[in-house]
Amino acid sequence: MRIPKPESWVEVRPEGLYVRPGRFHVDPTRPVPKAVITHGHADHARAGHKAVLATPGTLAIMAARYGVEEGQARQALSYGEPVNIGEVELRLHPAGHVLGSAQVSLTYRGSRIVVSGDYKRRRDPTCPPFEPVPCDVFVTEATFALPVFRHPPDSEEIGKLLHSLALFPERAHVVGVYALGKAQRVIRLLREAGYDAPIFIHGALQGLCALYEAQGVALGPLLPALAREKEEFRGRLVLAPPSAIADRWSRRLPEPVTAVASGWMRVRQRAKQRGVELPLVISDHADWDELCQTLADVGAPEIWVTHGREEALVHHARAQGIRARALALVGFEEEGQ
Amino acid sequence: MKPFAALLDALIFMPSRNGKLRLMTEYFVTTPDPDRGYALAALTGDLNFRGAKPALVRQLVAERVDPELFGWSYDFVGDLAETAALIWPERPTNRDWPHLAEVVEALNGAGRAEVPALLAGWLDALDATGRWALLKLITGGLRVGVSARLAKTAVAAIGGQDVAEVEEVWHGLTLPYEPLFAWVEGRAERPNVAAGAGFRPLMLANPLEERDADSLDIALYRAEWKWDGIRVQMAAKGGERRIYSRTGDDISGAFPDLLEAMEFDAVVDGELLVLRDGAVAPFNDLQQRLNRKSVTAKMLRDYPAHVRLYDLLFEEEEDLRPLSFDARRLRLEQWHGRVAPKRTDLSPLIPVSDIESLRHLRAGARDQSIEGLMLKRADSPYLAGRPKGPWFKWKRDPLTLDVVLMYAQRGHGKRSSFYSDYTFGVWREEAAGGPILVPVGKAYSGFTDEELLRIDKWVRAHTTNRFGPVREVEPGLVFEVAFDSAHPSPRHKSGYALRFPRIHRIRWDKPIEEADRIEAVAGLVAV
Ligand SMILES: [Zn+2]
Ligand SMILES: [Zn+2]
Repeated sequence: MRIPKPESWVEVRPEGLYVRPGRFHVDPTRPVPKAVITHGHADHARAGHKAVLATPGTLAIMAARYGVEEGQARQALSYGEPVNIGEVELRLHPAGHVLGSAQVSLTYRGSRIVVSGDYKRRRDPTCPPFEPVPCDVFVTEATFALPVFRHPPDSEEIGKLLHSLALFPERAHVVGVYALGKAQRVIRLLREAGYDAPIFIHGALQGLCALYEAQGVALGPLLPALAREKEEFRGRLVLAPPSAIADRWSRRLPEPVTAVASGWMRVRQRAKQRGVELPLVISDHADWDELCQTLADVGAPEIWVTHGREEALVHHARAQGIRARALALVGFEEEGQ
Repeated sequence: MKPFAALLDALIFMPSRNGKLRLMTEYFVTTPDPDRGYALAALTGDLNFRGAKPALVRQLVAERVDPELFGWSYDFVGDLAETAALIWPERPTNRDWPHLAEVVEALNGAGRAEVPALLAGWLDALDATGRWALLKLITGGLRVGVSARLAKTAVAAIGGQDVAEVEEVWHGLTLPYEPLFAWVEGRAERPNVAAGAGFRPLMLANPLEERDADSLDIALYRAEWKWDGIRVQMAAKGGERRIYSRTGDDISGAFPDLLEAMEFDAVVDGELLVLRDGAVAPFNDLQQRLNRKSVTAKMLRDYPAHVRLYDLLFEEEEDLRPLSFDARRLRLEQWHGRVAPKRTDLSPLIPVSDIESLRHLRAGARDQSIEGLMLKRADSPYLAGRPKGPWFKWKRDPLTLDVVLMYAQRGHGKRSSFYSDYTFGVWREEAAGGPILVPVGKAYSGFTDEELLRIDKWVRAHTTNRFGPVREVEPGLVFEVAFDSAHPSPRHKSGYALRFPRIHRIRWDKPIEEADRIEAVAGLVAV
């Protein structure tokens, strides 16, 4: 049997990547009959699909986000377990991005395409590490695909935050974090660094923190940052979505030191523009070196680039003798903004 | 280099002035000579390296990084030093971080051909923050939100001195300022700077509040016009000639015509103006001469510089500052009559009888070259800084306009969660489609905290568009803005700009249709 060309069975449609022989989409941006979801971030996991397949963690996150959707068929699949959909064999492998995040490995008549969703390579105490899966086409994100993006070790960044807390004990420290993944990872990293005081969290983080706890990620004492006296926040850590810290919400805090934990914080001008006083370079996406390393580890002769700075990663891959093209998918946001 | 890099990194993110001061003072106290002296020079803009230019940085990076990747990165980051610092490929090295002094001294001693290798070696030894600091340092312009004066204030704070005292000795010092640190730390005498054309801190006036005017014992004061130019000090001593701004910045380079006229041995205080056929030109004309690196013959011809003298600080070796205002004024008149330097005249004294006639004079002073009156105690010595009591400025009443809020921008520091910077406009009739709003200025002061809260709320409820930190609002809120003068400005869409606008009153009550029109602005442009 002849091995089919990858683009003959996985194609880009306006609503996202479509796997023709299995009649399903991966991370579609509009409601479809059947969707395979890599992870729970809102731009990958949308509401309204008739049928959904994902890891148990991702399904739990979607249920927390959208409620249990009426009439939706949900199929949980653990990492490594095979399932056949039409003629396609599908497996999920850890992506190391957030709790439940998975790469989707698709095999059809001897041709294998791996859709990685979002991923990172460094250790994350809240989810299992990325597993390289050999394949013919590796579909990769490119959020931080410029060589200026090199995320320093997490421990250094957490150290900066703890140092600032010691330096300004009279001020609240408010850290802007993405509600899913970043918040829980930052909390875990703080606990690992020996910070065991209660951490205040914005209402938007409460549900997901409880979900992580229920999934076995211990976060230590957390307190809602609601209806409290200003004085209670002095010398304390407060975690909130980035949108809240630049807004009226932060006025309840005494002289807050504004921190944001994001890969974008690597660029001073960007951090400054956003009025950040303490930039923390902590990202759930691969940095430039991790992206390049992953292309080498996976060893695919061809890559497709989904969202981010596609041109730079395509350029780099071609220089390594890897065929590369940008998929021009629409509807993906830059996470952690 | 490590403490210096950490300092710059902390400064760039520190929004408050006091926080910046605290960071710098802490650095100066904990960093030994000569590193801290070089850091001070970097912060005051007194370090210059000839061999290290942005082009060299690009060239070094180009040798190690794919040019396409560098190009995209530079587009994304937008700053050469930062892009180069972040993109520099790290490789294992056993070199230590260089000291700041080592960097400065090596660069100063190096020939042009040696600079690239020196720089590359340091870039390999440093981390990303260190590389950024190094590249900022050598390519000039740190842009960490610190003025020369603020850096000097931080040095003065070490020993509890006033910044004026540091400024006074500053121009007699050379890198790396060891005697300065020894003095502020109380380990040595004050450096001697009597000779030389160094800057002597100016004596400044406090504003006279209307309600205080009547209680002033006017017989003790002398009155002068307050001219609408910029305050300068001309220092010509020992063959050296310099012109300083009010804050001690050396602006000599922009005024070769004045320098040429400084054929004297003295230090004088006066107002820099553009004077054409004996008449003071609008402030806008003077602006053409400011902040210029090079001056063309045409500019010298079109905008001739002139200094209207207020005071005499030194006559040859004699320090006149301890004398009374009356005594100095007499000496100034005698000196000016004798030496008669070109491009100068004396600011005339105005006869004073009572406060009412002064008030009358001030109200009538609509000539745009006059900002108001100065009142100086006859017995006041010339003191550095802004002492309370001896000198007052009594500005004429501001002009006002009713304008419409167009855009609001988030403030900084404490105000970063508030929309506190306002761009406002007036109506202009368009040939088709009726009147439109055209911006005439920006204001971010003149309101109380409660008012700010209320405007902020209004802005959020009436936003029609967002551009980063800026919100466009639907026309609906009228401000009465006060300002010192209006002048034509080709840079503004409206064709006019206002000087020192601030919010005078918030006219919640006023319909926007009743706000002023562009013709009203035109009518306030004097002469
Ligand atoms: Zn994601
Ligand atoms: Zn994504």
